[in-house]
Order: sequence, then C-alpha cells, then structure tokens
Amino acid sequence: MNILEFTKDNLLFLDGGMGTLLQSQGLKPGELPETWNLTHPEIITRIHRDYFDAGSNVVNTNTFGASCLKFSREELDSIVRAAVENARKAARESTGTQPKWVALDIGPLGRLLKPYGDLDFEEAVSVFAETVRLGTKYGADLIFIETMNDSYETKAALLSAKENSSLPVFVSNAYGEDGKLMTGASPAAMIAMLEGMGADAIGVNCSLGPKALAPVVEEYLKYASVPVLLKPNAGLPRAVGEQTVFDVTPDEFADDVAELLRKGVRIAGGCCGTTPAYLYALTAAAADVVPVPVTVKHFTMASSYTHAVVFGDKPVFIGERINPTGKKRFREALRAGDMDYILKEGIAQEEQGAHILDVNVGLPEIDETTMLTNAVCALQAISNLPLQIDTSDPTAMESALRRYNGKAMVNSVNGKRESMDAVFPLVKKYGGLVVALTLDASGIPETADGRLSIARSILETAESYGISGKDIIFDPLALTVSADPQAALQTLEAVRRIRRELGCHTSLGVSNVSFGLPQRDILNGSFFTLALANGLSAAIANPFSQEIQKAYHGYCALMGLDENCQNYIAFAQKNTDIPAAAAPSVSGSDLHRAIVKGLKEPAAAATVQLLSSRKPLDLVQEEIIPALNAVGMGFESKTVYLPQLLMSAEAAKAAFEQIKAAMPADSNGGKCSFVLATVQGDIHDIGKNIVRLLLENYGFDVCDLGRDVAPEVIVRKVTELRAPIVGLSALMTTTVPAMEETIRQLRIHAPWCRIMVGGAVLNPEYAAAIGADHYTKDAMEAVRCAEAIFASLPR
Amino acid sequence: MMPHTVLSGIFPLPEPCRREILRYAGARTHAPELTALLEEALAEAAPALSGKVCWQEFPIVRRPDHLDLGFAQVQSASLEKNLAGCDRIILFAATVGLPLDRLIARYGILSPAKGLMLQAIGAERIEALCDVFCDHIRQEALCAGLRTAPRFSPGYGDLPLELQRDIFQSLDCARRIGLTLNDSLLMSPSKSVTAIVGLGPEAAGHPTTGCPSCPKTDCIHRRIP
Repeated sequence: MNILEFTKDNLLFLDGGMGTLLQSQGLKPGELPETWNLTHPEIITRIHRDYFDAGSNVVNTNTFGASCLKFSREELDSIVRAAVENARKAARESTGTQPKWVALDIGPLGRLLKPYGDLDFEEAVSVFAETVRLGTKYGADLIFIETMNDSYETKAALLSAKENSSLPVFVSNAYGEDGKLMTGASPAAMIAMLEGMGADAIGVNCSLGPKALAPVVEEYLKYASVPVLLKPNAGLPRAVGEQTVFDVTPDEFADDVAELLRKGVRIAGGCCGTTPAYLYALTAAAADVVPVPVTVKHFTMASSYTHAVVFGDKPVFIGERINPTGKKRFREALRAGDMDYILKEGIAQEEQGAHILDVNVGLPEIDETTMLTNAVCALQAISNLPLQIDTSDPTAMESALRRYNGKAMVNSVNGKRESMDAVFPLVKKYGGLVVALTLDASGIPETADGRLSIARSILETAESYGISGKDIIFDPLALTVSADPQAALQTLEAVRRIRRELGCHTSLGVSNVSFGLPQRDILNGSFFTLALANGLSAAIANPFSQEIQKAYHGYCALMGLDENCQNYIAFAQKNTDIPAAAAPSVSGSDLHRAIVKGLKEPAAAATVQLLSSRKPLDLVQEEIIPALNAVGMGFESKTVYLPQLLMSAEAAKAAFEQIKAAMPADSNGGKCSFVLATVQGDIHDIGKNIVRLLLENYGFDVCDLGRDVAPEVIVRKVTELRAPIVGLSALMTTTVPAMEETIRQLRIHAPWCRIMVGGAVLNPEYAAAIGADHYTKDAMEAVRCAEAIFASLPR
Repeated sequence: MMPHTVLSGIFPLPEPCRREILRYAGARTHAPELTALLEEALAEAAPALSGKVCWQEFPIVRRPDHLDLGFAQVQSASLEKNLAGCDRIILFAATVGLPLDRLIARYGILSPAKGLMLQAIGAERIEALCDVFCDHIRQEALCAGLRTAPRFSPGYGDLPLELQRDIFQSLDCARRIGLTLNDSLLMSPSKSVTAIVGLGPEAAGHPTTGCPSCPKTDCIHRRIP
C-alpha cells in the first residue's frame, strides 16, 4: 500500500531514537554510527525490528549522517545499501501485522551554508543528491529529512530529494526553546517554504520533549495543509552519576503525544532518548484516537529565513526602490557591480517600514541572471525581509528562486499562455507567491469585467499546474487617470471583485495612477486609501513617499488594525512638522569639528550649508582632508582610538556624499583604482571594511570584492581595471596559503600591480616571505602606503 | 540508562561589561560620542544574543607520549601543564548564535564603526558566556570535592587548532547548538568558543594563559594590569 494513501485515513507511527541506543550498545564518542550498518548489522536490524514489533509503521534507516562529506563514494554506497537491507530484514522478521515502510533517513550535513558558513548551496544540493539516489536505488519507500535546524539546508535537502527521486518526502525540523530554528526561522516560515516546494508531510523532531514542543506543533496545525508529523525527544537529558537519563517516562511521553494526535497531528514517533518502550506506550495510548482530517488552510504567505508575511486584512507594504527604471545612480551602480548601493536601498526601505522588498536589477547591458541571483543572496545576508523577485527573464527568475532562502514572491505572470507556461512550472518547483497581472495577448481590458475574466483564466491554468489560488496575488493594474477618467474606478472595482468573487488577494503598483499629473504623491496617497478600502491586500510603492505612509498609517488606525493606534502615534510624532527655525549659520570649523567628533548628520548638514558659499573642492581641501588628517595623526600617536577613527571616517563620508551630489556629474575625483579583498577561505572582513572606508575618504576608487574571494576572481578584476594597487586581508593562519596563491597568480597575470597585505596573523617578515610588496599594520598605515604608491605612479 | 552523552543548555548572560567591550574595540577612552555608539550597539545586539552551550565529560588517560582524552589523543605540552592534577575533563562548545553575525554583516555595510562595536560586544559576550558556564562547572565540581583548571582552547600554546575537528565530531555541535566548523577550521557563528576544562582534586586553578603571559606587549587589546 502507498504510504500517502494509508496516511489519508490512518495515523502513521514512526520509530524512536537510534543514536542513544547505539551508544548504550558500545558506540564510541566520535565513532560514525552509520558504519554500524556494515560492522554490526545484527544490532541495527534488531533495533529496527523492536520498533516494528512495538507498532511503528515506518523505521528510518541508520543513515542520519551518511553523506559524501563523511564517506567515500564506495563507502557511502555500501552503507546506504546495507542500511536499507537491515531495515527491510527487520520488517520481514517483525511479528507486527501493521503495514510497514522503510524511510531513507537524511540528517543535516553539520556544515553551515554560505554566506555565514562556507558550504555552497548547490554543493549542499549535490551532496544530498548522492544519498537520495542511493536510497532510492536500494529500495527505500520514502525519504525522511529530519532534525534540520537551518532553513537553507532544509531547502537544499528537499530540492535534492525532489530532483533525484519520485518517492514521497517527509521533512522535519528541530526547533529550540525559543520556538525557532537555530538560524532563526519560525514555524510559519518553514511551513510556507516546505509546502511551496511540495513536501508530502512536514513537522517537528528532536530538541525537546512533547510538552515543550506543543506550541510549535500548534503553529504547524494552524498553517499546514499537509499532514503534520511529530518526533519529540524523551525530554531533556541530564547526568545522574555516570549515566545519562531523559526526564520524560514512556507513559508521560505517550500521553503527551496522544494529546497532540487528538489536536490533529497525523504522524508520530520519538527522537533522542526514546526506545521501543516509548513506541509501545504511544501506540497503546493512541489506540482510541480518531485521526483529525487534514484540511487546506487558506493562508497566503511569503517567507524569509526568519518569518512569514501573511496576507490578510492588514495591508502588506512592498518596497519598490530596488529597480533601475528612471534612476541614473542605480543604473551606474548596477553597471559597476556596486552591490553595497543596492543593499543600502534595501535597508533604507526596511527602516521605513517595508514588509517585503521588490528586487529588479534588469538592464539590457548586464547579465541579469547573475546579477539578480547575487543581489538576492546579498540582500538575504543582511536583511530578513521576504523578497519579491522581479524579472521578465525566466532564466534569471529560476536562478534567483532556486537560491532564495524561503518562499519568495514572484513578479510576475500574466494571462498570456507563454507567460504562464514559463512561470508556473518554476513556482510549482521552488514554491512562491506569484503576482498575476490581469492582462493577456490583447492587452489590458478597460473594464473590471475584462480583468476578472483574465484572472479566472489565470486561476484555472494555475490549478492545472497544481498551484492553488492562495499562492496567487492578482495585480488588476492601476492606469493613469490623466488618460482615462474611468481608469481608477475600473481598477478599484476589479480589486473589490477579485477579493469577493475569487477569494484571492490583490496588489497594485499604486503610483501608476498619477502618471502625467503634477504633485503625484497627493493622488497616489488618495488612491491607495481608496484601494485599501476596496479590499487591496498589498501595494508596491515607495516607502519614502509621505502621502503613501500617511495613507497606510491612517488606514490601519481607522480600520482597527493598529492596536491603541500605537504605530500611528509613533509615525505622527516622527512627522510632526517642526517650524523651520532659522538654521544657525555654520562655519568651516563646525564641519571640521563634526568630522573629528565623528558626527554623521551634523557633518552632512554643515556641508550642505557651506556648499552655498564655498566651492566643493575647496571644502574638501580646506576642511575635510585637514580634519581627517588630524584624526589620522591622533590615531597614529594613540590619542584617538580605532572606533573613533571609524566614526570620523563615516562622518567624512557623509560630507563627501553631499560634495559628490554638488559636483558636475562627469567629474572624476578619484585617485586610482584599488582592488580589495579578504582571501579565499577567510570570512573575516571587519578589518578590510575599515581599510576600504579610509581609502575612500582619501579619494581612492575602491573595488571591494568582499570576503572569501578566489584568487582567480581577484586576478580577473585587477586585470579588468588595470588596477595599480591590490589590498589582501587574511585573519587566520589557515588562510595565509590562499593569500600566497593569490599573490603568485597576480605576479603572473598582473605584474604591474603593487600588493599590500594586512591582517592579524601577518607581520612584515611573513608578508615578505609570501611575496607581498607591503605589509601595513592598520588602516591608517594602509592609507599612507597607498598614497605613497599612488605618488610614485607614472602619470 | 545509558553512558554519558552530550548535554546542552541555554545559560543566561550577565550584564555586559562596557569597559571590556571598549577594550575589545581598541578604545581606552570613554568619550561621550563613543559611549553613545556603544549603547546604541548594545541595544541592537541584545535581541540577537543567546547563550547556548553543549558539553560532555571524559576521563583523562595519560600515555607515555600523549594524553588520551576520550574523544581524541593529544600531544601538547601546554595542555598537559594545564591539566596537571586533573583526572577528567569537561569538553565544551559555546556560541552566542548566528543572528549577531547577521547584524555585524549589516553594519559592515551601513556603519563600520558600529560593526566594530558589535564585534567587540560579541567578543565580550562569548567570553562572559564561557565564564558563566565554567563557574557552573566549578560549583558542581566543588560539591564533588573537585577543583577545576582554567579553560583551555585549541590554538592556545601548542594545542593544535586541528583538534577542532575531533571536538566537533564528538560534541555534535551543529545539532546541539547550531555551531559548525568549516574547512579552514573557522567556526560559524563566529562568536563561539570550544574549550577543555580539567577537573581533579589537585587542579591548578590559576591561569597559565591570558594577557600577563603573552609576549605581545604592544597589543591594542592587552589588559592594563
């Protein structure tokens, strides 16, 4: 019988702990339990058989850590084969009469994925793939991904299972006492992602006992539309004399789990510390439990690696500013590969209250697939907002969706057949909440009727791809009222009817309504309020627009969506118009002082004022540089400390930004290019970031390649820019060889460049030994050294 | 009942020591703009910090040319000195968690000064966590009539960093506390420590490491006596 068919009408019982039982059989600390499949098959088979005898329907093979990171290909092959055979043999030998299945067990790899670890996502996918293929080949009935405590690794494992096997996949995560995964994901975030990717059952195991896990389980029961599984520990282990005991007895365990079965859990077993005795008790205690039907939960969600955004009554604010359309500076940043610019746009919108960030980096002259994927990964390294992947190129969309950590929004599909055929398969495979524009081959219908009929046809096609209506957000398209006075009315009617007649959520690009009219913000704000009142669920808009913010906060307060008007009050207080007192006049010494004291806003404000009477370059030469020099000399004579040096550098940077804005666009104030990187294998970058900031202050065009950068990447950039100076940083003795290799390659391919090195493990002798030209002990010395090199360059 | 296995727990972190944080940030001053930055960074760091520790006890078996610590065999004169008078060890791993790394990365882009301050907070917090845990071990040992040696980490003295691989294998740090080791022996989350604490009736009890014993006297982080 098919396990999924069985689970439709029955509770499904899993097995209990394996690792703790093996330890009591003599497994040594540090010994790999998977090897026991080969060395002690009789013990492994007996444990499996004891579980089947106790009433388990499913046992997990003893392959928790079986991956090609720990074993050679041949070893892995024989381990997985023996593991499946041991479980099969146990099923044959068991006296239990219940249906029995063997699950290929897959645990975490023990390595953290990039950007905070060193394991690449695709590498993780292919490592899992090896084990999945072997398990499938040797006859497992299902794949059981368990104890995952990182959402990204869970995604890699599930993707791998889906790509390399057609077996059912169960996915179980390990939540801590805070109700989150180690890397921060909430249950709702995991449910959104895993259901989106097509897991057949999802749930919770390990970490804690059944009582302590109950709140997490209840979240699963609230949001999940697939069967929920539970495999808790026998409570917490503690040392008693020379022994370890778990604090929940088999009977308490069975009662607590049975309680959760009555609430709707459909699949249950045990994890660390549980034994066949726990499963006997559980199957007995659950004998009278009537399975609660699994129902579809109508939650429309997008998620990141920490949380889910649920679409409902409270409007969702999607920040629109990561988009090159009409933004010259953004286009320049894209062409220069300046990721920091994009990241700052993201963070600024987050600080303005955006819930989700739209990411559009399409320009005809750049490789959109690479740029979009890199932008998505870089944003996810520093912001936990869910992202809306915005592209018309299906290749770029797939690449970004694949790498995205969570359930992304997808912008967009429309009623044209080719659009749906390109986008829906991606949404089906990777999960996603897709924005559907109500237009088709004949354009945008003028009337709400026309748009609804396209929406219906999109829904129908989505269903045929296995995508339900809750994963579609319709955008019925705001058109400008300057061209058609009925335009806004038709859109509003469409919003209302999509919500009421189709039961789907909607989103609008609000600002289109005012195109071609003066003071667009006024109309945008009013239209936003009207749309919200008609049932709009989300808007893609500029979080820096005052009128949009006013409309949003006003609406939430008036509709009872803002408890005690807290958010409204905070917003209003921040935006109280302070009567414009005459700004005190500012002298050059104020700017000087603001930089020396490291005060960003005052430095920027003083610069703005001074620019009305003095030339930009004069300000730089007469105020900013002398202030920086004073701080730099203070640092060298140890009267100014590192954090103060940095605060001053940031204040100077704020002043420079104002200067740049006042300079003619074509002026190029930079000295020369300076390529900067932390070498391969090393992820420390604070020192490198400090050097970068100071070099920028002193006018170098710094190209910062980031951390953990391969020698080839550094060489390519240096040759591309013909950069005269390279700065390399390493903090660990173990990564100095990578620095040496980078220098070796630079000497071959870029013999002109001078190489400066720095970092905690280096000193002048060591630097010379690995072939560097200069060692600099801190950021000020790096500036001095770079200036000396620059002065010696032929002009 | 089963033999000793890895235990884990969450330990409350004590009030941060601001002076110590400034020392880690390389500052020996309390300039007001600096303390303002510190307070801002502390407030943002607070929700990102947790104190997770996992540990296991092992007997020490002294062999002619190495120490058998149960999870690994180690040749190290400095560890041997540290473990004089001890007959068993607690091997532990501690971390303040990944969210702080994310915050540090975010400010690496937005404000390196605050990024530096957050690094310093992380350094002070993980040391504080280790101290809290070692105090806990010391108290338990006292009840059993034992003393503890100062904690000793891979990389101290001649104790090789490669020992990290054995520690991670043995404590299953990824599963217990979400701590991982990469190919260059770097730990993620970055603000983490692994160490050995010797236990025994005659444990030394006083540090053989730390600032006073370090020859690098011009270090910006050196504690002023």
